[in-house]
Amino acid sequence: MKKDIFKIANLNLKSRLIVGTGKYKNFRETALAIKASGADMVTVAVRRVNILDKKKPTLMDYINPKKITYLPNTAGCFNSIEALRTLRLAREIGGWKIVKLEVLGDKKTLYPDMTETVKTTKILVREGFKVLVYCTNDPLFAQKLEDIGASAIMPLASPIGSGLGILNKINLSMIIKKAKIPVIVDAGIGTASDATIAMELGCEGVLINSAIANAKNSVMMATSFKNAVISGRQSFLAGRMKKNYFGSPSSPLDGLI
Amino acid sequence: MAKIQINGRRIYLNQKINVFDLLKKYKLDKKKIAVELNGVIVLKASYKKKILKNNDKIEIVHFIGGG
Repeated sequence: MKKDIFKIANLNLKSRLIVGTGKYKNFRETALAIKASGADMVTVAVRRVNILDKKKPTLMDYINPKKITYLPNTAGCFNSIEALRTLRLAREIGGWKIVKLEVLGDKKTLYPDMTETVKTTKILVREGFKVLVYCTNDPLFAQKLEDIGASAIMPLASPIGSGLGILNKINLSMIIKKAKIPVIVDAGIGTASDATIAMELGCEGVLINSAIANAKNSVMMATSFKNAVISGRQSFLAGRMKKNYFGSPSSPLDGLI
Repeated sequence: MAKIQINGRRIYLNQKINVFDLLKKYKLDKKKIAVELNGVIVLKASYKKKILKNNDKIEIVHFIGGG
């Protein structure tokens, strides 16, 4: 069997689980959870340096960007201008070209503003970025993003941080079946089984933050997600049995006493 | 004396300094940050060339934990 490689843009990843680095109690916990998750790509945010505290530890002190690929994200951006500014700065920090774009449209639902998202993706692609795009689970928008040069489509399972799991498996399946670029389910995954389901639907990867960071034991949950993603992927590749409407005995009827 | 703004905070400079000097003053590693001067990104190679002027607005950013 062909080796199962997860490739985004020109980057080969070992793990199909990408994890966020937000919401942890401290950097130590972040580092432990990431290690346990087995992820080799993590999302990061771009924010102001605290110039008053020169000794304050930074994320890079705990998570080595040479070993774990940083995926700069535009979380918190509500329009194209803010998102572009953020990612151009991210690229300047150290040459990051593979980025995650998320342009939010509403503070309550944190749903992506797809009009701004499409517009921004076009500009970023033109500037040479490899863009992983957070989007709604609308198959038409997913197709549109692929057409304009996105490197991966990241449809939501449910609202960011909600933990509601996959609300629309049918739409996700439609997107996955049609896409020629990786589909990574992002946002809303609540627990390990949600990730397995996403992988069984055939997506290439999942991105998890809150479900791990907000678990009572984040490090154990990170391990759980690692296994869940591997499990779901293997289940997808193995090809599930057909569903039957009636029972089918597991033991042969021949030789029944 | 020049009055400049860094990450929203006003500071006063007694002498002529460039971006490179400013980063040194705040003990910031240039490998971990990016600098924006009056809305325009300053490339790392230009830190020594960019002299700070009165009313300049500087943003210095880095990566933090995020989803």
